[in-house]
Amino acid sequence: MSAEAHYTPYHPKWYRRRVSVWWWLQKGSYTTFVLRELTSVFVAFFALVFLWQLRALVQGPEAYAHFLVRLKTPLFLTVNSVALLFVLFHAITWFNLAPKAMVVRLRGRRVPDWIIAGLNYLAWLFLSGAVAWILLRG
Amino acid sequence: MPPTVTLAVTRYRPEQESEPALQNYEVPFRKDWVVLDALNYIKDRRDGSLSFRWSCRMGVCGSCGMMVNGSPKLTCAAFLSDYLPGPIRVEPLQYFPIVRDLVVDITDFMRKLKQVKPWILRKEEKPLAEGEYLQTPDQLDTYKQFSMCINCLLCYSACPVYGLEPSFIGPAAIALAQRYNLDSRDEAAPERLEILSEHDGIWQCTFVGECTKVCPKNVDPAGAIQQYKLTGAAHWFKSLLLPWGMK
Amino acid sequence: MEVFSCDVLVVGGGGAGLRAAIAVAETIPEIRVAVISKVYPMRSHTVSAEGGAAAVIKAGDRLDEHAYDTISGGDWLCDQDAVEAFVKEAPAEMVQLEHWGCPWSREPDGRIAVRPFGGMKVERTWFAADKTGFHMLHTLFQTTLKYDVIQWYDEWFVTKLLVDEGRCQGVVAIELATGRVQAITAKAVILCTGGCGKVFPFTTNANIKNGDGMALAYRAGAPLKDMEFVQYHPTGLPFTGILITEAARAEGGWLLNKDGYRYLQDYDLGRPEPRPVLRSMELGPRDRLSQAFVNEQEKGRTLEGPYGHFVHLDLRHLGEQLIDKRLPFVRELCVKYENIDPVKEMIPVRPVVHYMMGGVHTDIHGATPLPGLYAAGEAACVSINGANRLGSNSLTEILVFGARAGKSAAAFASGQREPSPFVLAQARDEHRRLEEKFLRKTGGREKIATLRAEMQKTMEDSAGIYRTGAVLQQAAQNLRTLQERFYDVSLDDRSYTFNTELTAALELSYMLDVAEAIVQSALQRRESRGSHQRTDHPKRDDTQFPQHSLAYRAEDGPPRIEYLPVTITRWPPGQRVYGK
Repeated sequence: MSAEAHYTPYHPKWYRRRVSVWWWLQKGSYTTFVLRELTSVFVAFFALVFLWQLRALVQGPEAYAHFLVRLKTPLFLTVNSVALLFVLFHAITWFNLAPKAMVVRLRGRRVPDWIIAGLNYLAWLFLSGAVAWILLRG
Repeated sequence: MPPTVTLAVTRYRPEQESEPALQNYEVPFRKDWVVLDALNYIKDRRDGSLSFRWSCRMGVCGSCGMMVNGSPKLTCAAFLSDYLPGPIRVEPLQYFPIVRDLVVDITDFMRKLKQVKPWILRKEEKPLAEGEYLQTPDQLDTYKQFSMCINCLLCYSACPVYGLEPSFIGPAAIALAQRYNLDSRDEAAPERLEILSEHDGIWQCTFVGECTKVCPKNVDPAGAIQQYKLTGAAHWFKSLLLPWGMK
Repeated sequence: MEVFSCDVLVVGGGGAGLRAAIAVAETIPEIRVAVISKVYPMRSHTVSAEGGAAAVIKAGDRLDEHAYDTISGGDWLCDQDAVEAFVKEAPAEMVQLEHWGCPWSREPDGRIAVRPFGGMKVERTWFAADKTGFHMLHTLFQTTLKYDVIQWYDEWFVTKLLVDEGRCQGVVAIELATGRVQAITAKAVILCTGGCGKVFPFTTNANIKNGDGMALAYRAGAPLKDMEFVQYHPTGLPFTGILITEAARAEGGWLLNKDGYRYLQDYDLGRPEPRPVLRSMELGPRDRLSQAFVNEQEKGRTLEGPYGHFVHLDLRHLGEQLIDKRLPFVRELCVKYENIDPVKEMIPVRPVVHYMMGGVHTDIHGATPLPGLYAAGEAACVSINGANRLGSNSLTEILVFGARAGKSAAAFASGQREPSPFVLAQARDEHRRLEEKFLRKTGGREKIATLRAEMQKTMEDSAGIYRTGAVLQQAAQNLRTLQERFYDVSLDDRSYTFNTELTAALELSYMLDVAEAIVQSALQRRESRGSHQRTDHPKRDDTQFPQHSLAYRAEDGPPRIEYLPVTITRWPPGQRVYGK
């Protein structure tokens, strides 16, 4: 390998690799991350449905009944189920990551991650239970 | 246990080639050999022109980071036996410009490190004759984890944000900024917050979390960044609601 | 050729170099100071030191005691004026590092914590968990970033010192990224390039410890002092050289030969007890343990593996719980870097070279006999370590003497003219030498790896723990032959961009020079003192040899050895009692 140099010495020729537009398919954790970010779309979707529901409520019982009928169509049932899965994924990943941002120190030791995450889950269960009780009671 | 294993190593000789290519080498297999030992074997016995960085061989100098089978690793801690049957792909650290073979340019990081002011900054220094600043073991614990960074840059290679937006200041630089912010002897947290709240600072991070996964020293840079975001957001709210209370 | 210039140039970016650069920047604010290093500074070998750094701060400790421990540990070869200055300045330097942010481990009340260390009668070793060197280096490096005045030549490889009109006027260096050869002129140069452990086959030292600065000074006419004093650590992994700390033995580990026998009992080190006893068996002095290994090897009772002879360190009887609680780093190092689990397997260990007491001869201000050339840290020999270094003194040494060398070099530089233009002719000659002898050379038959391995074997066989005149003589001849064969070396890599084969060849030539100095100094010192043990001269000779050896490069042939008396102030030579 004693080739003569065929260029001007001292000229740096760094090679910059291009990042593929499919970078997020190269690794499982990257794909999970992108799906997690996409859940925001479905959260927004649920917010819009909720606003629609409120509007229907304001417009009176007929409009609300019409709203309920639309919600029961196969298209909406499918879309809502998919959205629900994504929103659940959103909540679970959020709670699991919460301890990273919230460092709580008690008596000089850091509270373990699973406790912080666990407390979030418990609060979620409690609030969901309370809301369900209020809605289904009467 | 096989007698040999194949390594596919990136070669790039800018004086002869216009782009990198993988070249195969067959090396002996030993239970206690790591990828770095295999690279040294190639350099000593097969091809002296293979260039790569290494020094301590024990995971504390941070020189030998490379991509092994697509993941950033310290090659002194990557056993050949974990990658059998091979071939094992050894490439330069992702998202950095390649200078030569397995050597990448890290001047971008060196510049960003200096930007975050990683030193103790106080209004007034205590005279040496008065002795050390007092710091309890608990106070030391709050920043200790972030002080363990060996600057190996595996986290930059794992961060897709850095790959897509090279102006992002990056995980290690932010973790080291936090290390000083949380040090009870430092008083420059507001100054660093201003620097890191800019466009290419902490808010570029979307919490992919890969940096923490690949860190060989458990520094948890993702945690440092998210905590910093909380502090940053709280600070912004305070300045909005109580502008007269801020220094 | 383009010329770069500065006022003070620091060669080497480890603990001593960075401390020197800060000292220069603080002494004279407008001064132009530059740091040139063949690796990025945070890769320097300071980073791997674990144990601690000694300085007197606790009530009940006195400077005189630190001085006495150091002098007696060094077997009375230390210059006592240097030791006195060292112990006096150590506490302030360590507090300064703390002010710069070093995360020293603390007592519950927030004060600096100290721990006991071998050879120190009083606890005075400051520590930052079990990664003291790492924290010290990163604190120093991050602090240097504060000083905009410091110019950085990162990954530039120095190949020669420029000397003209009887003074050092800069260096010639290769910019690794591009291959260009550059003269960097300076009014003062400080060598902080570390030791030369890689001259031996089994060493804790990193790949970059090739004695670069020592060889550069040697070739420029400055003498190397006390090169025969090489410190071994009794337990290192044979393949990687990774150090297995004394703590593993303090917790109860046993050293076993190939018959599974605790062989230390045969060497006047006590009786084997189930629990460890201070200063007995596995907790005996380091040099006695290393010597016992050599004796076992001669009797054929050591094991032989692909990397040489070794014995076993058995921790299995301690149990997984104790190992994980008290020796987690030992387990981590073995598992992560050599694929061995101490809970289930015995650890192969052998004595490994750890530190060079010798180095470039300097006075207590860090100045070498060549005006304009300074040195500090492991590369220098002041001497405060004498014939045997006490653990935890070298991390403090880099701070104290790094600062001293920085201040003296800055003062010297401010009184100097700009370097003469004639040094550029030397730089052009050096460029031509690199092209002709390495990059454009055809027909060479020797390989770097072969010559390096033969040098290392020669050194291990001759300048190891036990030395004999006849073997040293043969080694001196072997090294001369290797020097000649080096001229026939052939490179695969003829390119300019990041050519690490060229740097490996240059490092080998530095190591050959340093190896010759070690062997010749050992041959001429006909006594045993500290870490230099001659089987043909087993006693310490205080009539002839309370002197330092100085190795001067000879034009043709082995170095010329002269002697310099040791400076004795208050402590006349006594018996070396291993203090614990």
